[in-house]
Amino acid sequence: MDAVIDAHNISKVYNPDTIPVYAVNNVHLHLNRGDFAALVGPSGSGKTTLLNIIGGLDIPSDGWVEINGVNITGLPPNRLIDFRLHNIGFVFQAFNLIPVLTARENVEFIMLLQKRPKKEREARVRELLTAVGLEDKMDIRPAQLSGGQQQRVAVARALASKPQFVLADEPTANLDSQSATALLDIMEKLNREAGMTFLFSTHDRRVIDRARRVSTLVDGRVTKDEPGTTPSTTA
Amino acid sequence: MLLKLAWRNIWRNRHRSLITMSAIGSAVLLAIVTVSLQQGVFDNLVKNLVSLYTGYVQVHGKGYWEEQTLENSFSINDTVCQTVLQTPGVRHITLRLESFALASSGDKTRGCLVVGIDPVAEDTITHLSSKISAGRMLQPTDEAALVAQGLTAKLGLQLADTLVLLTQGYFGSTAAMKVVIGGVLHFGSPELNDRIAYVPLALAQHWLDAAGRATSLVVGLERAQNLPAVAGALKKAMPGDLETLTWKEMMPEITQHIEADTAGMYIMLGVLYLVISFGIFSTLLMMLAERQREFGMLNALGMPLHAIARVVFAETIFLTLCGCLLGIALSYPVVWYLTRHPIELGGDMADIYERFGFEAIFPAIIKAKIFTDQAITVLLIGLLLAVYPIIRVLRLKAVEAMRK
Ligand SMILES: Nc1ncnc2c1ncn2[C@@H]1O[C@H](COP(=O)(O)OP(=O)(O)O)[C@@H](O)[C@H]1O
Ligand SMILES: [Mg+2]
Repeated sequence: MDAVIDAHNISKVYNPDTIPVYAVNNVHLHLNRGDFAALVGPSGSGKTTLLNIIGGLDIPSDGWVEINGVNITGLPPNRLIDFRLHNIGFVFQAFNLIPVLTARENVEFIMLLQKRPKKEREARVRELLTAVGLEDKMDIRPAQLSGGQQQRVAVARALASKPQFVLADEPTANLDSQSATALLDIMEKLNREAGMTFLFSTHDRRVIDRARRVSTLVDGRVTKDEPGTTPSTTA
Repeated sequence: MLLKLAWRNIWRNRHRSLITMSAIGSAVLLAIVTVSLQQGVFDNLVKNLVSLYTGYVQVHGKGYWEEQTLENSFSINDTVCQTVLQTPGVRHITLRLESFALASSGDKTRGCLVVGIDPVAEDTITHLSSKISAGRMLQPTDEAALVAQGLTAKLGLQLADTLVLLTQGYFGSTAAMKVVIGGVLHFGSPELNDRIAYVPLALAQHWLDAAGRATSLVVGLERAQNLPAVAGALKKAMPGDLETLTWKEMMPEITQHIEADTAGMYIMLGVLYLVISFGIFSTLLMMLAERQREFGMLNALGMPLHAIARVVFAETIFLTLCGCLLGIALSYPVVWYLTRHPIELGGDMADIYERFGFEAIFPAIIKAKIFTDQAITVLLIGLLLAVYPIIRVLRLKAVEAMRK
């Protein structure tokens, strides 16, 4: 299979000299192109830490991460920033968008950082905002959008950079169930139609059920890694 | 794009930015008005002072300024006069023969300064004719005097009355003459108004037994800015038995007064700008604190820290620049108004100025340099203050910033 993410025995220890906290403990994770995978676990189980390491935002205490065959763990900081810009789409739980930019400008911003030509940017912004159902909200600033709409802009922006995969850390945590379902619908559609790989963390039952693959984290260890059709016992 | 982002970020917290800008603007306003007034006052002071009597530069016989006696006078030399006149920046010259004397009429006697002048040349430098309140200007061959009004009053005299001038001549003999008051002068300065009298140079030379001699050669400049160059050139060109003094050297107390006042003003402005700097800085700190997560998010997405730092830098500059422009926009009409409607001082300050011999009127001046100086000062403060947020941004760790 075509591997996009290969995380090899990742560990992250905080305060190694005093009272060590194993936020992530010897985790292996392998994601193929086209996966729609959930990282499940209660609060404090290490989901954010693991996603940050996979996304090249944080450095593991042990182990390494390969993205598309590139070992990113050894990259110098400035190369890593550039790597993130071109290879990884991010959706965070909150504070995703630049408040002073409109929906359109927020999506375009990432392509400006990539120095894409204007024509391409404009076309892609329109296409993506339409795909997330916000074609009539393009010139509105985040504060005037609902939480669900904001997350949809964030998803559109994550895809705008044409990344290898999208990492979404609890994207529905601040949403009501209707908005959460709508967001998942959009992500699923983009996964199906555009073949985009998604890895999202959650402890939301409804979200877990939509994943085609579920890895369960407890106290920094993967306790289960299975197709999402099997109901998980972790709340 | 980064500039657009910075510009919009300023208006995110509209109130805070407006307050910061107004604070900067008020400081700039205050600074510009203060400096314009102060420089206006001093320019006016110097101009008055110099055109009142001394001129910008004088050439004397060596030692005359220290000891103002006829013994230190010099014999008028055409080559010297031509040299001075041909020095670049010099517009006019006039010769004077000065002597302290007793002026009396009937049983009243007063000390006074009698100045022998070339009426035409004198008028080009000190505009003597404009001070005439009664009578007419002297002619070179007149046997008459222009007497300051305070002196005539003290002697109980009027236009066309006669007074006797008594002193010691060049060769030590007693010199006395009777002159008619051909004109009465009015000076704003009590110092001149109570004690000066002008007579034609030839008459003074005859009276003092000092044919062909003068005590001072007064130099009028094309522009006040020429002073250092002209003084430098004359100091070199004049023969060894003559001395060249600028008004600053002739009246050091005025220079000191100006310097002390200017220093005091700059200290005040320094304190003002220090206060403003704290204001700008606290705005920057709040802005930094509020936006940690946003900076973390931007860096996580792939925006390099130096690009984020550039946005923050641009925000600081926009903030100070807007405040600065606001200050300039507000101060221009104020300064303009103050040039047309000078502030008139009363009370002690007025007395002090009058004792120096000046009218206590304060017209401001409009000088581009004053505006640009303040603008540059504030921008430099902005640049300096921007260093801290830039360092903070460059040290940012995305993961930690986003966890906050
Ligand atoms: N900077 C840090 N220093 C110390 N402990 C941390 C730090 N960041 C996270 N942790 C700890 O690591 C564990 C995993 O946290 P996190 O990855 O945020 O879990 P989750 O996202 O699943 O809620 C938690 O126990 C948390 O307290
Ligand atoms: Mg988390």
